[in-house]
Amino acid sequence: MKVTVDEDRCCGAGQCVLLAPDVFDQRDEDGIVVLLDPAPRPDLHEAVREAAEVCPAAAIEIAEGP
Amino acid sequence: MSAELFPMRRAPGCPFDPPPAARAKQEEGPLARVGLWDGSTPWLVTRHAEQRALMADPRVSADITRPGYPSSAPIPPGGTSISFILMDDPEHGRLRRMVTAPFATKRVQALRPAIQRIVDDLVDELLAGPNPVDLVDAFALPVPSLVICELLGVPYADHEYFQDSSKTIVKRDVSTEQRTAAMGKLMSYLDDLVGTKMEHPADDLLSGLATRVEAGELTRSEAAQMGVLLLIAGHETTANMIALGTLALFENPDQLALLRDSDDPTLVASAVEELLRYLNITHSGRRRVATADIPVGDQVIRAGEGLIMANDIANRDAEVFPDPDRLDLRRDARRHLAFGFGVHQCLGQQLARLELQVVYSTLYRRIPTLELATDLDKVPFKHDGAVYGVYELPVRW
Ligand code: HEM
Ligand code: SF4
Repeated sequence: MKVTVDEDRCCGAGQCVLLAPDVFDQRDEDGIVVLLDPAPRPDLHEAVREAAEVCPAAAIEIAEGP
Repeated sequence: MSAELFPMRRAPGCPFDPPPAARAKQEEGPLARVGLWDGSTPWLVTRHAEQRALMADPRVSADITRPGYPSSAPIPPGGTSISFILMDDPEHGRLRRMVTAPFATKRVQALRPAIQRIVDDLVDELLAGPNPVDLVDAFALPVPSLVICELLGVPYADHEYFQDSSKTIVKRDVSTEQRTAAMGKLMSYLDDLVGTKMEHPADDLLSGLATRVEAGELTRSEAAQMGVLLLIAGHETTANMIALGTLALFENPDQLALLRDSDDPTLVASAVEELLRYLNITHSGRRRVATADIPVGDQVIRAGEGLIMANDIANRDAEVFPDPDRLDLRRDARRHLAFGFGVHQCLGQQLARLELQVVYSTLYRRIPTLELATDLDKVPFKHDGAVYGVYELPVRW
């Protein structure tokens, strides 16, 4: 799994951090998403998929694959 | 036939369920025409999938001053806009980003001990005070008010003044003039406080805004307006979730027992999501206007037409939430739309979640015999309010 985030779209709602705190964080200055891990461990995939699903700004893109 | 008037009425005896007429529209299709007080006939968007898509669509505007915006009341000259909630990007995003950092998930989670202390102190006061008591006045309104004081950086000595003015804004039997006066008082109070923070900055939200005022990114009055937005958006909403949530749990004693007897933080977190879904207190819908033609199924929303996304019925959409009318604290309700969707999705949602988690995991455990001190049909519901809830909740223990 490969994860990318779009900082321009992000509105800092923090849903992704709530669901997958090991993969996502938010910048100190403006709360915009920070990708901690672009290739998360398999046991985090489910949480990352859910984060992309509930992100209100469609700012998280996932490419499934090895 | 003229379009049915929106908002519709809830059924007698079903204070927690959305109006049956709105549910009927949902069965018929994703879009329906409804009538507003001013004779306009915007679209009611009925289902979860279409609401999500439209709230995230950049062709959909939140700007109340655009022709066609389905306003819930006459728009006073000069507009009603309090800061960025009724603006579009890029201006919305520019302003929202100035106050997003303090609401970031991990920053908010660090406030847990402070919020726990606020809630514990209020429960101590409840237990030491009169019994029965009105839970709204004695507990539900003070919790978010004290939390926002902490976050904004309102000095302790001013808490009572701040709480009194903010209560006036949400009380029943308050005239429009009194309400406007209370808003004005808060605005000038916050304006002065921003001035104080410019001279004596501290580690709080208003000091952060004061720095931006000094840097010329924001005027002092814009900063004060943001302070008022944060207070208004987070006060009555959170308070109503506390009081109405408590009442819903009284009416579902097995669920109340489940929550009270569990010390599992994941159950508490899922209970908060489920109560947000089930109660969806922002019952007048997200209001928007289309800025381009947007096809939805085999219909087309035309540019300039108003849209009302009724999140309450989307949260009872059986496609997404099986057996939607059952309050089930164990279900996975995280896809609810109680905080909206798209770039306006609630900025304070992580704070609201935390406040509710602390309240729901503290109040019923510390007062295990807490119960309603009147009949359900005597409870005054906020049918007419922009945010649904109860005006009063007499409780005893
Ligand atoms: C349970 C409590 C709450 C509920 C149900 C709630 C609900 C909502 C909803 C539905 C919106 C979207 C408005 C729209 O799309 O038109 C919203 C926006 C907002 N909320 Fe909340 N809210 C709650 C608590 C809070 C708190 C505690 C704060 C802050 C202290 C807050 C601050 C805001 C702000 C600033 C916006 C505007 C965001 C924007 O336009 O970008 N809310 N809220
Ligand atoms: S959930 Fe989406 S909008 Fe919210 S912080 Fe994460 S990336 Fe940004």
